[in-house]
Amino acid sequence: MDAIRLVEAAQLKKDRQGFAPGDTVRVHVRVVEGEKERTQLFEGVVIRKRGEGARASFTVRRISYGVGVERTFPLHSPRIERVEVVRKSRVRRSKLYYLRGLAGKAARLKEKRAAIIPTSGESSETGE
Amino acid sequence: MARKEGLIGRKVGMTQVFGDDGNHIPVTVIEAGPCTIVGLRTKETHGYDALQLGFGPKRKNVTKPQAGFFKKVNVPAMRAVREVRLEKTEKLQGYEIGQSLTVGIFAPGELVDVVGVSKGKGFQGGVKRHGWSGGDATHGSMFHRAPGSIGASSDPSRVWPGHKLPGRMGGDRRTVLNLSVVRVLPEQNLVLVRGAVPGASGSLVMIRKSVKLTKAQQQKAAEKK
Repeated sequence: MDAIRLVEAAQLKKDRQGFAPGDTVRVHVRVVEGEKERTQLFEGVVIRKRGEGARASFTVRRISYGVGVERTFPLHSPRIERVEVVRKSRVRRSKLYYLRGLAGKAARLKEKRAAIIPTSGESSETGE
Repeated sequence: MARKEGLIGRKVGMTQVFGDDGNHIPVTVIEAGPCTIVGLRTKETHGYDALQLGFGPKRKNVTKPQAGFFKKVNVPAMRAVREVRLEKTEKLQGYEIGQSLTVGIFAPGELVDVVGVSKGKGFQGGVKRHGWSGGDATHGSMFHRAPGSIGASSDPSRVWPGHKLPGRMGGDRRTVLNLSVVRVLPEQNLVLVRGAVPGASGSLVMIRKSVKLTKAQQQKAAEKK
């Protein structure tokens, strides 16, 4: 398997981290139209991340003109310029397929509050 | 000067790489070579021209006949020995025993053939083994996956030889023609070939320059040289 990792390692993009399922992201996708190239935005909620190495992908769901649209991107695709995190949400599962059955108010996700970093000396242990 | 040489290697597994246009390309990673030439077959003495290649060191369980064979050509014992047929025109010029061949003989974009032993499937029925349609599962059907009729009655009173029936499937030598080389990593002895290759990961495969190119493909290959 090491040889596979080696082949894949060359393709990985280091800036494709820092977002998780539940986060609202803005994906900057490079699209080629004829001879011109431009950047297209796709903003929505990440409903899943899957795969490992160069084969990893993630799916973004958005409601476009009242219709649910899901787009799956290869995580390390050279066509993706960058992935911008707009909002982080607190979710309790890694695959948010249940959002497909929900619309409007019901499909909202609670925003994640900024992590409280314990200062030195303060113990974060529980159950004393 | 189109040499039809090849290499013995090991199938590492499959993955995907991004092409220049950003699209996925499914690839099989093959760890090929370095292979040592352990013998030369010539038209005069053997009736055909071929290179005999050895791959992978073998330290344990080297039988006496094997040891003798490798001692004669003065190379360390190898795990696998295979022959690669050469085109009539090229003869065996420029090849000598002990010489080493590496993945450097392949270039991206080139077409290759890969020979391997397909995964064994065990004893399988006709539907899986020969692609029969089978019968309906429901709607009162009483014929599902059985072979059905296997021939006429008292004349000929026997089944014709070669009739397709259930039996052992897989584990056969299979060749996939004209796969394109996507990438070559000479330092790691790796070749990335587009598409699937017969056999399980880790199994022995042979990779050689394509033998059945159309005229257009041959011309293209010649231009590249």
